Amino acid sequence: MPQPATMFEKIWDMHAIRDTGDGIYLLQVDRHIIQEMACSQAFDGLKRAGRKIECPGLTLGVTDHIVSTKAGRNFGSFEGGREALDLMSRNCLENGIRLFDITDPRQGIEHVVAAEQGFVLPGCTIVCADSHTATNGAFGTLSWGFGTSDVEHVMATQAVLLKKPKIMNLVIEGSLSPGVFAKDVILHVIGQGGTQLGRGYFVEYSGSLIRGLPIEARMTICNMSIELGSRCGMIAPDQKTFDYLAGRPFVPAGALWEQAVNYWRTLPSDPGATFDKTMKIDCGHLAPQITWGITPAEVTGVEGRVPDPSSFSDSLQRENAEKALEYMDLKPGQMLSDIAIDYAFIGSCTNSRLSDLQAAASVIKGRKVAPHVRALVAPGSSTVKREAEALGLHQIFKDAGFEWRESGCSMCLAVNDDQVPAGKRCISSSNRNFEHRQGPNSRTHLASPASVAAAALEGKIADVRRYI
Amino acid sequence: MEKFVKLVSIAAPLLEPNIDTDAIIPAPFLRSPSLNLANGLFFNRRFDGNGKPIEEFILNRAPFSSAKVLIGGLNFGCGSSREQAVWALKRFGFRCVIAPSFGEIFYDSCFKNGVLPIVLNAADHKKLAAEVELSNFKIEIDLDAQIIRAGGLEIGFDVPPRKRDALLQGLDEIGTSMLSIDAIRDFRSADRIRRPWVYDLETR
Ligand code: SF4
Repeated sequence: MPQPATMFEKIWDMHAIRDTGDGIYLLQVDRHIIQEMACSQAFDGLKRAGRKIECPGLTLGVTDHIVSTKAGRNFGSFEGGREALDLMSRNCLENGIRLFDITDPRQGIEHVVAAEQGFVLPGCTIVCADSHTATNGAFGTLSWGFGTSDVEHVMATQAVLLKKPKIMNLVIEGSLSPGVFAKDVILHVIGQGGTQLGRGYFVEYSGSLIRGLPIEARMTICNMSIELGSRCGMIAPDQKTFDYLAGRPFVPAGALWEQAVNYWRTLPSDPGATFDKTMKIDCGHLAPQITWGITPAEVTGVEGRVPDPSSFSDSLQRENAEKALEYMDLKPGQMLSDIAIDYAFIGSCTNSRLSDLQAAASVIKGRKVAPHVRALVAPGSSTVKREAEALGLHQIFKDAGFEWRESGCSMCLAVNDDQVPAGKRCISSSNRNFEHRQGPNSRTHLASPASVAAAALEGKIADVRRYI
Repeated sequence: MEKFVKLVSIAAPLLEPNIDTDAIIPAPFLRSPSLNLANGLFFNRRFDGNGKPIEEFILNRAPFSSAKVLIGGLNFGCGSSREQAVWALKRFGFRCVIAPSFGEIFYDSCFKNGVLPIVLNAADHKKLAAEVELSNFKIEIDLDAQIIRAGGLEIGFDVPPRKRDALLQGLDEIGTSMLSIDAIRDFRSADRIRRPWVYDLETR
């Protein structure tokens, strides 16, 4: 009888080429995703060194960050992104890498399209120069983000160097009441555990709540692992995972599929497997969560208040809260539901999939966005956009007063022209509320897509449960 | 890669916690690979809305504008994986960042670019910050001996041995891994038999 092993150990062992010392391993990379904002320097470096891409067929190129989301966009629609997009097209063509450029019907945010196209398979190692690569852990993979130097390393070797992390089992129990979503769960977990909880760990999310979540919601959970301080989150694959993947374009078929599924069923952590750390967080009776500060851990339930910094006994927390309140222009003790918003954004790799758009649409159906609010939806992929249109969701959004945009990172990062102006306040379904994130001196409140929709209607932070 | 052995320089303290990579290099500077990232370093703190330098910001003042060492706060370089954050620091002139803790991806990226990230425990970090104030912000980093010197203070630090060697010798990680390319390929050949469904993608 072999020793009980965690899912992490099983996948790690399957990929460890060798220990190079200091606990740093050379690992086989199964899937490499590249995007236009972080990779041209890696192509340059590779070329300078006279090297070639080792496995172009295991690499997928996407364009998502610096793209315009205007209807009818083309390569020139956002002039600032032109150089990066052109370089990406040229580099991928020259190196035989498949690329979803902005004219491709499969285009979209990398962490949406990879799974959607079946590029993500359980048991794989998946890397990308983007910290939200952890999203793909929802399929029982080891997926993590790194920098551009590592991109070049993977291009040259189809292997990567990584220090063997510790493993945390984060057990999340409870069930969700109507109006409460995976986004609320992960925000609550970050609020409870802090932005450093996952430092040095890869996190396996388990427990009754996680098992009950559909695949897209699991992706939302894993997506924000980096906001918990961890580079990688993962969830054991199960029948839902296999059902989601079956028949997708890049997923193997026939006998290979059978062989793969049989192996994938062996991946979940064995009973009795030991983790370096186990933590339980109860998420029953959870209210919709909204951030009030400038880190995702500064969060509370929608019926709550902005905290009084003087109530924190820890001096660092107090200083942080003071700084947050000043940047966010909030007063201690202020009701969250009294905070007026100027922008409402539904999009990003955290929450822009079909189920997210459906949840938001059900809130706004037959209602109107408050007159002073500019509200936008940027579907996570061009595929999501088409699927939503086939269901008539675009009409619901447009009738309510939302802009129905093309797919891309858009206002999550504001590296294109979708920006929140200085001093304006945005409620956003994205993952980061750092200072200046959505534009210089913009203010961000993170929430679920449904909560964003409710706030758009009322023109202020609102309890979405009233609309369910 | 550029070697790092010993550095004598000015240290610029920027001690607040959680300075993320968005703050180090804001997104607009990531658009075009040909931009000079030094201009974007801490852009929203260095310049006001009209592009005028903000006097009070430390890097806009002498002697800090020529500092090669940055003393950061807790969790320095957290957030986005953008390696441009390290490139911007380096382009501006920084070769060493000292903090009580770092964002993990940022920490790794530093080594890959010839920038030395030093983790100091909270007590040493505090001592160092106080001491540089008293000694005109002069600092010496000796990687070989793993010692920071400032005024009368000598503080030892730990750094992963392999990463230290690579910095001291200016070794490039990819070049080193390429020495194992045959072993990597052998591994993959065996893996193609073990897990054919992974590689099925290559023929689609
Ligand atoms: S949507 Fe936001 S977080 Fe996700 S990949 Fe794009 S910029 Fe990064």
